[in-house]
Amino acid sequence: MTTTRSRHRLTITGLLGPFIVLFTLTMVLPLVYAIYESVTGIQRSGAFGQGGSSPVFVGLDNYITALGASAFVASLGRVLLFAVVQVPVMIILATALALLLDAASAWGVRFFRSAYFLPYGVPGVIASILWGFLYTPGLSPLVNFGSALGLNLDFLGGGSILWSIANIVTWQYAGYNMLVIVAQLKSIDADLFEAASIDGANAWQVITRIKLPLIRPAIVLTTVFTIIGTIQLFAEPLVLKPLSSAITSSFTPNLSAYNEAFANNNYNLAAAESVLLALVACAFSFGFLKLVTRGGSSS
Amino acid sequence: MTTTERAYTGKKGKNQSSKQPSTVQKPRKIQRSPGWRILVTAALAVAAVYFLFPVYWLTIAATKSTSSLFGSSGLALDNPQLLTNLVNVVTYDGGIFGRWALNSVLYSGVGAVVATICSLAAGYCLAKFTFRGREVWFNIILAGVMIPGTALALPLFLLMSQVGLVNTYWSVLLPSLVSPFGVYLGRIYAQAAVPDSLLEASRLDGAGEFRIFFTLVLRLMMPAAVTIFLFQFIGIWNNFFLPLVMLSDQSLYPITLGLVQWQSVSDRHPELYQLAIGGAFLSVIPIMIAIVSLQRFWKAGLTEGSVKG
Repeated sequence: MTTTRSRHRLTITGLLGPFIVLFTLTMVLPLVYAIYESVTGIQRSGAFGQGGSSPVFVGLDNYITALGASAFVASLGRVLLFAVVQVPVMIILATALALLLDAASAWGVRFFRSAYFLPYGVPGVIASILWGFLYTPGLSPLVNFGSALGLNLDFLGGGSILWSIANIVTWQYAGYNMLVIVAQLKSIDADLFEAASIDGANAWQVITRIKLPLIRPAIVLTTVFTIIGTIQLFAEPLVLKPLSSAITSSFTPNLSAYNEAFANNNYNLAAAESVLLALVACAFSFGFLKLVTRGGSSS
Repeated sequence: MTTTERAYTGKKGKNQSSKQPSTVQKPRKIQRSPGWRILVTAALAVAAVYFLFPVYWLTIAATKSTSSLFGSSGLALDNPQLLTNLVNVVTYDGGIFGRWALNSVLYSGVGAVVATICSLAAGYCLAKFTFRGREVWFNIILAGVMIPGTALALPLFLLMSQVGLVNTYWSVLLPSLVSPFGVYLGRIYAQAAVPDSLLEASRLDGAGEFRIFFTLVLRLMMPAAVTIFLFQFIGIWNNFFLPLVMLSDQSLYPITLGLVQWQSVSDRHPELYQLAIGGAFLSVIPIMIAIVSLQRFWKAGLTEGSVKG
């Protein structure tokens, strides 16, 4: 090492510093501030609050209020139900598509791969506007097609709206998740397939004994990101809200926090709801990681 | 230089060999009957219809007048007037759509470039330098990957309003400059693609650390850089919650926010239906072309990211 101690420190500061400063300002500080806001309340002095207001420590009051509001608790339950159904559907679809493409026994593999990945470039709100049109009776060829077959398709009703949203999210991200899995499939050592074919393994055995175990890390990664993404559900219900009376202002926790902050000006309650949402997201993604690392085979 | 090139080819060689399975397998599999092949292709085609159908509908709808949008089948052309519609989109309200498009390019372009360089520098630093608290920093940054972005938007708004940055370009740009996932990817990639011997050699030649980073390391890490850039660009381009919370001035809106505003008032102003569709068409097509033509770059860093995920 020709570097002196202080030069070494300068290098580290120069390389790591810019990221750490931005990271602290835009992620750590807001998180700390959200926690501070969530344990604070506004105390008004004077008979009608005309004496001004000052923040006071209220402990867990905001959390108790948030968890005491049935609409917020229902919204948490709604996104959890959404995640429980949508995450497996999306991951299974992405894995199946990746395996089919990798089997390479189809025509036009490159075309199909592009077609599946394409929706990833469509912003969530634009995807929602698009599907919103496709769900609207009178505009939608799907609804028309359904009624021609004697089916009364109602994509925007209370019973179906959550799954209509799940469809938008799946449409957008299945191809992206597929690409992550395809990337991992491509990195499997060719010798393994050779050995398998010498041993007389059939296609199904190659998939279940070699491919699936080896793409596990990719599946775990995409699942965690999907869990974090679905729990934050916001843009899709917001865009579909004018179309469907089933979407309330607290349809998802994020919508609830947004409305609490900007419609009701209750930033403290909104902060508590945001922190709760982050906790739920972390609990589920870490819980999932724990589950797969404990129960999984070592690969 | 020669060492650099060797490192390059070394990396490429590894990639090539790892790509082999798909090409070598082909003749080997016995069970590839034509029937099986038709079956697989059919399954893939059904999936393709699902993914492409909305894009097809959007393309058709973008050619229609407001009346035929509601009056004709959504699957077939009816007096196509694509050009008229697109001109309407870009001239409406004094050409506000062009402004939104420029804003989106600015937020995504600047945000992604800065985020990529900062992440690579941090990732390289965490991979190649030993110092106290290195693993602590890395774990904190990793935890940042898990924090839902929308949970930060509200407190960010409150902080920004205290320093007077709400409703400025900075309010959307600053949070876009940070990519914890990029640091994670950068560290893994630097460990694999930047040889210690090369760094030592450059140091002995008397090159400064920052020169080494900008001239040598950045080049070695180019595949990771492209991946981080693309992800960050798409992430910012698609972002909606942050600009929604931060911005009230229409002239600062990105496309996503602008189109949602058109769509949300279209029940009172039906002509905005066609504008929202035309605007969606205009904004989606270039991104889709970029995604398809840059597709090979999406893979380079993805494997590195998921191998240890």
